[in-house]
Amino acid sequence: MKPLLVLIAILAAGAPLCAAWALDPARLADPAQQARYEVLIHELRCVQCENNTLADSDAWIANDVRRQIRDMLVAGKSDQQIKNYLVSRYSEFILFRPAYSWRNAWLWLLPVALLIFGVSIAVRVIKQRARLVDNEDDADVLPS
Amino acid sequence: MNPRFLIPLAVFAALVVVLAVGIHHSPEVGVLQSPLVGHQIPDWELPILTDPSKTLGSRELKGQWYVLNYWGTWCIACREEHAALLAAQRDARVQIIGVDWKTDNPTEDADALEWLAKLGNPYRQVVSDHDGRTAIDLGVAAAPESFLVNPEGVIVFKQPMGITPQVWKREFLSRLPPHSTVPPAAPGAS
Repeated sequence: MKPLLVLIAILAAGAPLCAAWALDPARLADPAQQARYEVLIHELRCVQCENNTLADSDAWIANDVRRQIRDMLVAGKSDQQIKNYLVSRYSEFILFRPAYSWRNAWLWLLPVALLIFGVSIAVRVIKQRARLVDNEDDADVLPS
Repeated sequence: MNPRFLIPLAVFAALVVVLAVGIHHSPEVGVLQSPLVGHQIPDWELPILTDPSKTLGSRELKGQWYVLNYWGTWCIACREEHAALLAAQRDARVQIIGVDWKTDNPTEDADALEWLAKLGNPYRQVVSDHDGRTAIDLGVAAAPESFLVNPEGVIVFKQPMGITPQVWKREFLSRLPPHSTVPPAAPGAS
């Protein structure tokens, strides 16, 4: 158990290091913009290596899109404007966190619905089992 | 038999239907559908490969049909596509404008000229995207990608991967007016 914890600790400590590695040498002059930049690149998909975020990817297209985001931040664009721009070019697929919209409602509501469905089944099964156990106890006691 | 036992079966059947529809409709892996189709092409203007002091852009091409083909000498799929583009150029139904995408190849301009001299030039004109900004503005994710643009400047079709003779016939020629031809003068050459 202990070596496993140590391993996890080492990996956890190394994770931000790896992320910083893939990232760009230049930081934005404004720390607030830099912070928004870090959040954005973790929420947007690299369009070439599709299961990576922009932050994880060292593909040149990811590099170019990161530069685009930095330029737009410096130009005073809001996070939403930047996301809207990229969605208008690459479709909603580029967002790792899908937008709340009627079209996407099922995406957000289905897990909740499934959870409620699953819990209700579990509760019923548990109640039935409990009743069975009671009956068995009675059965043990009765014949004698 | 208690009909309740059929519920899991029904749920399973519903799941199969949902997944089958999903698989059937999902585009090929790695292919994004462009939200720009049906809309005005974002304004672009790029230097001409053979004469970088001149530029060509969407404004000069207004009033003409054209295919905008993103490619690069580093791109293997572009090499595979090349023969289909040459055949398309011989048909002369629509002008193909090549965009040579530099990405991280420092000698891309020279490599591109060599490629065209060696393998043949299917393009009416070739422009260079050196910094990749136009690629992002057009929503290009990976070469080769091609846009079919009508005289109003609207993208009527986007091929998010290589063109094959079948794709050319089915997706490009079918959308052109019946007797379309390539305009006499190459754009941006004057």
